Amino acid sequence: MEKGNKVNPADETRGPSKMPEPRRVTISELRDRLKNGDPGVWRSLEEIADDEEVKAFLDQEFPRHTAPWMGEMDRRQFLRLAGASLALAGLAGCRIRPIKEIVPYVKAPENLVPGIPKFYATALTLGGYATGVLVESHEGRPTKVEGNPEHPASLGSTNALTQAMILELYDPDRSQALTRDGRYVTPATFESDVKARLRRQIATGGDGIRFLSPSGSSPTVERLFARLQERYPKLRRHYWDAVHRDSVYEGARLSFGRPLEPVYRLDRANVIVSLDGDFLFEGPGSVRYSRDFADRRRVRKNSPAMNRLYVVESTMSVTGGMADHRLALRPSEVEAFAAALRSAIRDGASGSDAHGAFLSAVAQDLIANRGASVVIAGESQPAAVHALVNEINALLGNYGSTVQWIEPVVNPESRLESIRELTADLQDGKVEMLFILEGNPVYDAPVDLQFGEAVRRAGFSVRLGLYEDETSARCRYHIPMAHELESWGDSRAFDGTASIQQPLIEPLYNGVSPIKLLAMLLGDERSEREIVKETWQLAGLGGSAFDDVWSATLSKGVVPNSAFVAEDVSVSPFTAATSRASSSLEVRFKPDPTVFDGRFSNSPWLQELPKPFLQATWDNVMMVSPRTAERLGIEIDLSAVVVGGLAPVAELTVGGRKVKGPVWIVPGHPDDTVTVTLGYGRELAGRVGNGAGFNACQIRAQEGSWFAPASLALTGEKAQIALTQHHYSMENRGIVHEMEIGEYGHEEHDAAHEEMSLYPDREYDGNKWAMVIDTTLCTGCNACVAACVAENNIATVGKDQVIRSREMHWIRIDRYFDDLDNPRYVHVPVPCMQCENAPCEVVCPVAATTHDGEGLNMMVYNRCVGTRYCSNNCPYKVRRFNFYKYTLYPGTWDEETPVTKLLRNPNVTVRGRGVMEKCTYCVQRISAARRRAKKEGRPIRDGEVVTACQAACPTQAIVFGNWNDPNARVTAEKTEPHHYVLMEELNTRPRTGYLPRFRNPNPALKEAR
Amino acid sequence: MSQVVHDQEVSDTGQEQLISAEHSNASLTSKIGDIVLKQPSPKQWFVALGFGLIGLSGLLVSIAWLLYKGVGIWGVNIPVGWGFAIINFVWWIGIGHAGTLISAILLLMRQRWRTSINRLAETMTLFAVMCAGMFPLLHLGRPWIFYWLFPYPNALGLWPNFRSPLVWDVFAVSTYFTVSLVFWYVGLIPDLASLRDRAKKRIVQVAMGFLALGWRGSASHWYRYESAYLLLAGLSTPLVVSVHSIVSFDFAVSIIPGWHTTIFPPYFVAGAVYSGFAMVLTIVIPLRSWYKLRDLITIDHLDWMARITLVTGLIVFYGYLTEIFYAWYSGNVFESFMMANRMAGPYSPLYWSLIFCNGIAPQILWWRAARRNIIVLFAMSLIVNIGMWLERFIIVVTSLHADFMPSSWDMYTPTFWDILTYVGTIGFFLTGMVLFVRLLPAIPIAEMKHLLHQKMHGHSHEPEEAKA
Repeated sequence: MEKGNKVNPADETRGPSKMPEPRRVTISELRDRLKNGDPGVWRSLEEIADDEEVKAFLDQEFPRHTAPWMGEMDRRQFLRLAGASLALAGLAGCRIRPIKEIVPYVKAPENLVPGIPKFYATALTLGGYATGVLVESHEGRPTKVEGNPEHPASLGSTNALTQAMILELYDPDRSQALTRDGRYVTPATFESDVKARLRRQIATGGDGIRFLSPSGSSPTVERLFARLQERYPKLRRHYWDAVHRDSVYEGARLSFGRPLEPVYRLDRANVIVSLDGDFLFEGPGSVRYSRDFADRRRVRKNSPAMNRLYVVESTMSVTGGMADHRLALRPSEVEAFAAALRSAIRDGASGSDAHGAFLSAVAQDLIANRGASVVIAGESQPAAVHALVNEINALLGNYGSTVQWIEPVVNPESRLESIRELTADLQDGKVEMLFILEGNPVYDAPVDLQFGEAVRRAGFSVRLGLYEDETSARCRYHIPMAHELESWGDSRAFDGTASIQQPLIEPLYNGVSPIKLLAMLLGDERSEREIVKETWQLAGLGGSAFDDVWSATLSKGVVPNSAFVAEDVSVSPFTAATSRASSSLEVRFKPDPTVFDGRFSNSPWLQELPKPFLQATWDNVMMVSPRTAERLGIEIDLSAVVVGGLAPVAELTVGGRKVKGPVWIVPGHPDDTVTVTLGYGRELAGRVGNGAGFNACQIRAQEGSWFAPASLALTGEKAQIALTQHHYSMENRGIVHEMEIGEYGHEEHDAAHEEMSLYPDREYDGNKWAMVIDTTLCTGCNACVAACVAENNIATVGKDQVIRSREMHWIRIDRYFDDLDNPRYVHVPVPCMQCENAPCEVVCPVAATTHDGEGLNMMVYNRCVGTRYCSNNCPYKVRRFNFYKYTLYPGTWDEETPVTKLLRNPNVTVRGRGVMEKCTYCVQRISAARRRAKKEGRPIRDGEVVTACQAACPTQAIVFGNWNDPNARVTAEKTEPHHYVLMEELNTRPRTGYLPRFRNPNPALKEAR
Repeated sequence: MSQVVHDQEVSDTGQEQLISAEHSNASLTSKIGDIVLKQPSPKQWFVALGFGLIGLSGLLVSIAWLLYKGVGIWGVNIPVGWGFAIINFVWWIGIGHAGTLISAILLLMRQRWRTSINRLAETMTLFAVMCAGMFPLLHLGRPWIFYWLFPYPNALGLWPNFRSPLVWDVFAVSTYFTVSLVFWYVGLIPDLASLRDRAKKRIVQVAMGFLALGWRGSASHWYRYESAYLLLAGLSTPLVVSVHSIVSFDFAVSIIPGWHTTIFPPYFVAGAVYSGFAMVLTIVIPLRSWYKLRDLITIDHLDWMARITLVTGLIVFYGYLTEIFYAWYSGNVFESFMMANRMAGPYSPLYWSLIFCNGIAPQILWWRAARRNIIVLFAMSLIVNIGMWLERFIIVVTSLHADFMPSSWDMYTPTFWDILTYVGTIGFFLTGMVLFVRLLPAIPIAEMKHLLHQKMHGHSHEPEEAKA
């Protein structure tokens, strides 16, 4: 009440109060009243507080404690309040640490220095295959995923999907409570219900219990299932993956008599032939394969040689874009090509069909590189192609050198067969208890199975999932699943290497992991950690020194010596007749490059990530070749100065089932083929993913899981798709220098900088940051873009803003092609050029963008008034502007979502409305390194500062460092004879330089390109 | 006092008629002064005010929405960071130029025909510069800190970046506005005194008396007034050239193809005068009919303005041809693409409309009959206004939408709010002009009396002649 003492009693008379009732009272009056009452009892304060006058006084004195409104609550107000409560509840309920510790540190936790992030090794899986990662954690908040250099599937790099998994963790649309038939129930209710039912199953040996899950490689999960199976011997497990690898295992069965998994050693291959395999972008090990592939393609002074890649494919893939020679075939034609290639290699028969020249050149090249070549078949090709390819690799003596066979990392059972059986059992009413762990089969199971209907026949169904999605809606119980970053677990990489998954944070939304659920079904009360630990103890990890090895394993992220050993195989020749190519138009299914099979539909980062070759965001499209488009009467002028995103809508019919979607022309796509990607048209994905694109699963049946005869007809409607690049020709502006490997070293580039200014050059005597990007190595996979978004708190703006050309990516991958029918693609990552003569700096009226002593072109957000002059004057157009308050833009997030704030990198300013932003060369990482170096009294070491894009890049196409350091890698790259900068004639003197796009064409195919 | 109404078109005698012969000093004062003091406003005045107020409300709504939501409500994007706002800024600033040219340069060159239109033109300048000045503020991402563009002492010890043409703009435009305002006001003083003396209502007497600063019309007043006026004219003269030169630097100093060109300053100044005269015509032609001022703003005035429009239009057209020539002659791929894209790209209809409006259509003004035909002249003035707006659109948008990196090329499409803001400033301008006509003498009474004196006695009493 001290504050109250200062109130002058005269206040009462001073100033008219707007509200005459109730009369205002003063502190002294109150004091008097208290005196007259019971002075000894403080409770009397509350008694007098009931008085209207006193209430008014309190409202006046402590306005924060006033009820926020007196009137009725309308919908908006309710939502606002609900949002605010969520904000507070969300923050308090984040459980960064156990609740009792949410007080300022009295005793600081050991090893935690506020402001210095910690990195934890764990693994993230896609399709069951693990990628080892290091997750950056700021005071308990995981903020960024980096590849684990120790992990064979990563070697320090990641792809875009792995980068975005950190956002999936925080996704406010993840399911947050256990529900039965859509209503909240307590976990105890579920537990007693399920346990009672399980008890009844003991009598039948668990005959009515079915589990359905996608591929998984967790040894602990397998162990728990084994225990369950002991208790319920007739329990059955089923598998379904929309992106399944049935043909790989079936092909291995045909060749070796048992299902095996191939592992490629691309670092040993001089010649690589891919038959519809997108091994640089999709499937297990693609990040590692990209690295190995790139290491044989990095053309430098000391190694001016490169491998050669032939791609025969039925769509336009990232791998296809990298090919030195590419042949586009319809999906069903690949088999015949494979057979012809086998004959050419086995019998020396020269190809006589339409692709004879190509085929015999490929065969010659392969034969010439026996043991140092590899042929890779894609998982979308039938088993026959795989068997043929297995035979070809054996004929070429590649086994043991470039191709190894290992025991399957995931269960090799046919996914189609498995879900077919389950559906049949469901329809026959044989399934009394159905557990669907992860996956989303109601959305992506073969449409002709009508799995969604069948699920309803299950007597009792339980769904464990991150989202309450299409599958949850058909199940009795939905259990929120813990994210991989929230739970203990283990998993294996493409080569069998195991990793222990550590939680980075307590489950944000009360999720439980599959391990926890299985343990509960077993009545095992122990923690997940103990169960996982036990698995590895039983597996004999470390022997007697288990505890030491265990903690070393956790910190390294890799279980030592856990990779599967190569099997000895003998190939039986493929003798069956190859199937004939169909003659009609074909549809080719493909996992989406950004949302994959739909599991990332609700990720705004991935939705806004441009799809390779399309540069489209937020939608899937039907891709056709220019000739097919012409035949269908589709008019999109790809040569226009600005290609708008207005796409004609067509109806695609497969086996009587129809789906409507926008058609887009992709040069290089095979004729008479339509590629559609999975993962769109979701109904219950969440606020971000709902309603985006069309659902290709609606035309994907058991037959023709990957390709099928189809027909396409225009409907006359148009749909707007959001493109990030609208012009596809370089207009001879030399943005990418294209060369053949034979030209290396000829025509030395004049590296000497010609003095073009009256003023002396600015001296940089300390660090001089610079970057070199090798366009030969860039596959256009967009991992760098996703990494940059994650590192730099870059906003997503939504489809309508992308259409308005306002995407915020600081680095973009420009893609150009030179021809419509037989195009050569080039990709150029374009971050800020950090020009020494920066045109942006001169024109800013408030000096918000300036140069620093290490040559960085700095952007001072606080000073920016937003004239956008800098962006206009930037010849590279790398600057991005906050046209709205994009941090909570409704196109992406309907409301303030405090939980996603936990994701933000605390070392990077979150930009507000009206401010310009751009690539900073990850200046926060430079500062961190500088601080470290200063403390240790040494200069910053080469390789100590790694930008986010550089770290993520699977092919390591980006090199960054101190140009003043003669021994730095970047300095070496800068002195490469063909190093160039973009638009040198403008004299902006960029710090970001490029190396040309080298190709290694087969001289025999030179004419054919 | 006989109220003489002369409303017929002064006949085309071949002799220049800047004031009809029947006027006396008294009739001039009453004719001009009564618009303010007595004459009820014609109904067209109310219609014009109505349109003006509707536009003004639109402006206020769009500004409020802009401040609430952000500059994203406009069609600007990356690569086209500047859109309607800068187009309109340049357009309005250009329009202002006629006022300064008429009042300053023509005064110094003793072009007597300027007399009856200079007040209107100067007022137009003021309102046009106000409209113009709004846009650079509103187009900022964070308009509430616009003052960071001014060099003021601050705790951060930070100056604006004097290398940036936008800072030059701040000085150029604010100087321009200040000088124009002072010039306009000084010119008004003797007329305000006349109105003060003639006013019947107390409030008008007080208001006019306050504004007239105690003007009594003594010889020493006149002597000082004439010197001050002349000095101000001298001060304004470089502004005619400098302001739009500096505005053109916003573009010319950049490196964007289509902007980075040395012809911009003279070409912008000519364009400004061109559009300014067109706007004066657009305003004067209806006004002289509504207020029956055909004897004071004669067909000869219109003829003169049409001639200047023609001359400056030719300079502008020459500018266009030079741009085309250099796009070819420089051999610069970016320049030549930019020009080809203007002519055949997605915005080519606008480019060819521009060529029609500013290059082809004004040629009709070579004919005396066309220059003296009110309808032709009015239509022509509108065409020029549109043409000059298109010119700024072409310069701003076509240069930016497809510049260096083909990957970043994109279209600019204005939104509803872009258009409403633009229409809103027209409403503001119209409201201002309409209120001015009603509240202050639209034609300088004192100067008209000079003119009358000259006409009657064949000589004038201008100060420099007195000195000579």
